[in-house]
Amino acid sequence: MSNRPQLVIRDLKAKVEDKDILKGVNLEVNGGEIHAIMGPNGTGKSTLASVLMGHPTYEVTAGEVQLDGQDVLEMEVDERAKAGLFLAMQYPSEISGVTNADFLRSAINAKREEGNEISLMKFIRELDKKMDLLEIDSSFSQRYLNEGFSGGEKKRNEILQMMMLDPRIAILDEIDSGLDIDALKVVAKGVNEKRSPELGVIIITHYQRLLNYIKPDFVHVFMQGKVVKSGGPELAERLEAEGYDWVKEELGIEDETVGHAQV
Amino acid sequence: MSVEVYQENIREFSSKRQEPEWLRQKRLASLALVAELDLPKLEKTNVKSWGFTDFVPVPSEQSVQTLQQLPASIRDSIAAGDVGTGLYVQKNQESIFEQVDPELQKQGVIFTSLEQAIQEHGELVEKYLLQAFQNNEHQVAALHGALLSGAFLYVPRNVEVKVPQQAIFALAGNRTAAFPHLLVVAETGSKVEVIANYFDYEGRPTVLNSVIEVYVKPSAHVQVTTVNHTSSSVVDTIYRRAIVERDGHLEWVIGDFSSGRLLSDQTTYLRGEGAHVGVKSLALGAGSLRSNITSSISHFARHTTSDIQARSVVKDEATNILNSITKIEKGASQSDGQQSGKVLMLDSEARGDANPILLIDENDVTAGHAASVGRVDPLQLYYLMSRGISRAEAEKLIVFGFLDAVIREIPSESLQNHLRQIVERKFDQ
Ligand SMILES: Nc1ncnc2c1ncn2[C@@H]1O[C@H](COP(=O)(O)OP(=O)(O)O)[C@@H](O)[C@H]1O
Ligand SMILES: [Mg+2]
Repeated sequence: MSNRPQLVIRDLKAKVEDKDILKGVNLEVNGGEIHAIMGPNGTGKSTLASVLMGHPTYEVTAGEVQLDGQDVLEMEVDERAKAGLFLAMQYPSEISGVTNADFLRSAINAKREEGNEISLMKFIRELDKKMDLLEIDSSFSQRYLNEGFSGGEKKRNEILQMMMLDPRIAILDEIDSGLDIDALKVVAKGVNEKRSPELGVIIITHYQRLLNYIKPDFVHVFMQGKVVKSGGPELAERLEAEGYDWVKEELGIEDETVGHAQV
Repeated sequence: MSVEVYQENIREFSSKRQEPEWLRQKRLASLALVAELDLPKLEKTNVKSWGFTDFVPVPSEQSVQTLQQLPASIRDSIAAGDVGTGLYVQKNQESIFEQVDPELQKQGVIFTSLEQAIQEHGELVEKYLLQAFQNNEHQVAALHGALLSGAFLYVPRNVEVKVPQQAIFALAGNRTAAFPHLLVVAETGSKVEVIANYFDYEGRPTVLNSVIEVYVKPSAHVQVTTVNHTSSSVVDTIYRRAIVERDGHLEWVIGDFSSGRLLSDQTTYLRGEGAHVGVKSLALGAGSLRSNITSSISHFARHTTSDIQARSVVKDEATNILNSITKIEKGASQSDGQQSGKVLMLDSEARGDANPILLIDENDVTAGHAASVGRVDPLQLYYLMSRGISRAEAEKLIVFGFLDAVIREIPSESLQNHLRQIVERKFDQ
């Protein structure tokens, strides 16, 4: 019996404020695999990530999502997390008065049985180790969750959480945006450190840059609310070199965005 | 209760305590005002049916010799940390236990019942009692003036009191009432921290009508913490009044955790140049609480500064009106008044309101306010839950965080933890 995670998305459709955004997404992610979802702005990538995690604003209208054979769409947000799903958000919330450390410890303990909470010593040790690896200053753990954080600090914090929480499927939404090259390397180091057959990763990005540091096994192009083309790492390289126009031409797509795209 | 019945009662009460004539007259004059004056008028809270006079004459109490002899609920309310010094315990209308540090006594610090203080330091008490707080403000104030009973804390010039002085006002019995009066005088250059606890421990209908007067003399540093934690059948009013003189520094830490009817008012007058007052006001209301919490600052002198930080959480069907008033009078130039008042409503039946008021009669000042009333942000909940934290736990984290932004600014760590414990217990109820 293998303990490899498996996420299966079938014909997933979702809407927000009466606008159809996801229009039939199909994707399968297994433990040990890294999938990159690439696509221009406004094509529905973040919506996919949000719908998978159970964001309250989006409404699923069709399709199914299974994690290790369990119906994800039936689960509450916290149950999805406990089942092993993790989303590094593009725009994480700021929560005043709750320190990073308290928050992380609550999150770790939520996954554990009552009476089996992580000891404070062990928690601090783990946290210090991971903060070191991500080159995060030690004062960070006593700061309020994301409050007053720079863009880069927020991204690192999302990765820190991923590292501490040990998910089975991690979705990283634009974890590279707004990062300089050094920060990007640090974030990639964190992800690579966690790479194992027990983790499947979806990296959402519209640059190929991050993929120089985290080598994907599969690359998918996302347009008009669904995966329109899939391939290997060479697909990302071609997108970087030539942009998205050739994909649109090949598939006869004029407007790749969904809903009412930004003007 | 009728004024005639009480006249007799007050004469008896006063003579039993061998009070001087000035105090007896003050009581009787206050009593006469009860019939004349109206109830306090509050922003958006109607107190007509609260029953401020709904009590019977209070029986006398036995005092105890040691801490261990105090009722357990009273003992538990003593803030953790150094309890060795400075403790005053009042049950209903009478002092039942007192403890003073002999070292402080040698330095001239007085911490005892008003009753005792009046015998030994009559002139000192007379000079300050019912000056910052007036018995003619309204009917509730007049009632207090007629029936007050409490403690006197006096810190002489340049004396620094290092351990917090604690006063406990506990209510017990059915339809009883207490009128605790805490009088604090901090002389020039002195330093002191006071903690006052107000609660009932039998859960019966009672009336608590409390007043604190604080006199901060030039360059004195004073911190006063009040924790009101009465149960749902109690009518709990507390008026705090302070006068801060030149370069004096006052910090209020206010914990309003009562569950029935609560009228909580803090008013500070910045009289001397360079005077400062800070207010950290925390409230957590549950059940069918009706509460009105006001923090009011008046700047009368140049270079005075004030900062009000008020946070209130309401759950169940509780209602809280949170008023913050900063007044800068003409002539109080180069002053700075800041305030922020925020209410967080948890349940759909919970109601809250924040009223920020700035009244500025002087041009050369800075002032700012922030006020908000809101519910828990669904995106914050989503974020926390996406890390595996349950909805209930996530809500709790957000609420604690909301209050903790103020709690962690409180200068004493043991007091911070004490308040966190109260919040935690009350939230889980
Ligand atoms: N919360 C929302 N409210 C309204 N419209 C939304 C919301 N989220 C997404 N949309 C719509 O969906 C489109 C795709 O958004 P998004 O999924 O964020 O795209 P991407 O991540 O690919 O840039 C947006 O252009 C917008 O029209
Ligand atoms: Mg996006």
